[in-house]
Amino acid sequence: MKVMLVDDSRTIRNIQKNILGRLGYEDIIEAADGVEGIAKLKSENPELVLLDWNMPNMDGLTFLKTIRGEGIKTPVIMCTTEAEKSRVVQAIQAGANNYVVKPFSTETMAEKIEQTLSRIAANA
Amino acid sequence: MDVRYVNPFVKSVSNVFKTMLHTDVTVGKPYLKTPHCDRPDVSGVIGLSGDVTGVVVLGFSKNVAIAVAEKFVGTSLTVDHPDFADALGELANMVAGGAKASFEGINASISLPSVIVGENHEVIKSKANPSLVIPCDSPMGHFTVEVAMKVEAQVAVGAAS
Repeated sequence: MKVMLVDDSRTIRNIQKNILGRLGYEDIIEAADGVEGIAKLKSENPELVLLDWNMPNMDGLTFLKTIRGEGIKTPVIMCTTEAEKSRVVQAIQAGANNYVVKPFSTETMAEKIEQTLSRIAANA
Repeated sequence: MDVRYVNPFVKSVSNVFKTMLHTDVTVGKPYLKTPHCDRPDVSGVIGLSGDVTGVVVLGFSKNVAIAVAEKFVGTSLTVDHPDFADALGELANMVAGGAKASFEGINASISLPSVIVGENHEVIKSKANPSLVIPCDSPMGHFTVEVAMKVEAQVAVGAAS
């Protein structure tokens, strides 16, 4: 399975990559903002996206609204410091499939990834 | 600055270091910043806007900043390495974001992080909005969280206790 990490922090992308590697997901592509993320989503067709909210050029919410507006159904897990309930609701309404608040533990991130993929498999 | 907004930052810095760096932070008694306070060599800076305006600064000596960034990234770093600023900016982002989430009833936004490197520098903030300094000790060394924050709108004061 190909997974795309969209986050302007290389540190966070590396941490996510390590967690995904431990879960057996080795095919990882990266983008540093929403604009690059949309381009790579269309050219590389990842099957799962981990998406930051606050990024330069295009934020995560705009990314999400744009791809869902275009009918792209790739599962997206928001991974962000935006922890308020109103923000979570906003992201879910915009089409996020799951939500992880930074700071996150390895266990939480792994659980959310597995949970998201299980839900999608069950609905397939 | 209303001291009721200090506790969310105390909780957030402890949570961020515990979760991401697997290390405990001992937080001392916050105090008002004066011109005589120690100045940092490295600062991770986040701006606050919306119902609040202000700035949050994680301030480190150079050696502590390197130790903290290395612990976060998991490899050896120099100040010039791009991951050094990235790591400290992301820590500042998480500390500010975590605190902001506790400001119930207040609509606040945080900026993208900036990192300033320079021996003994000062991040200039509004004189009308004095900074509270939260002293922190960790196994990597001493650092501070400076918060200069003002609630702009007449919003309900609901910072979590």
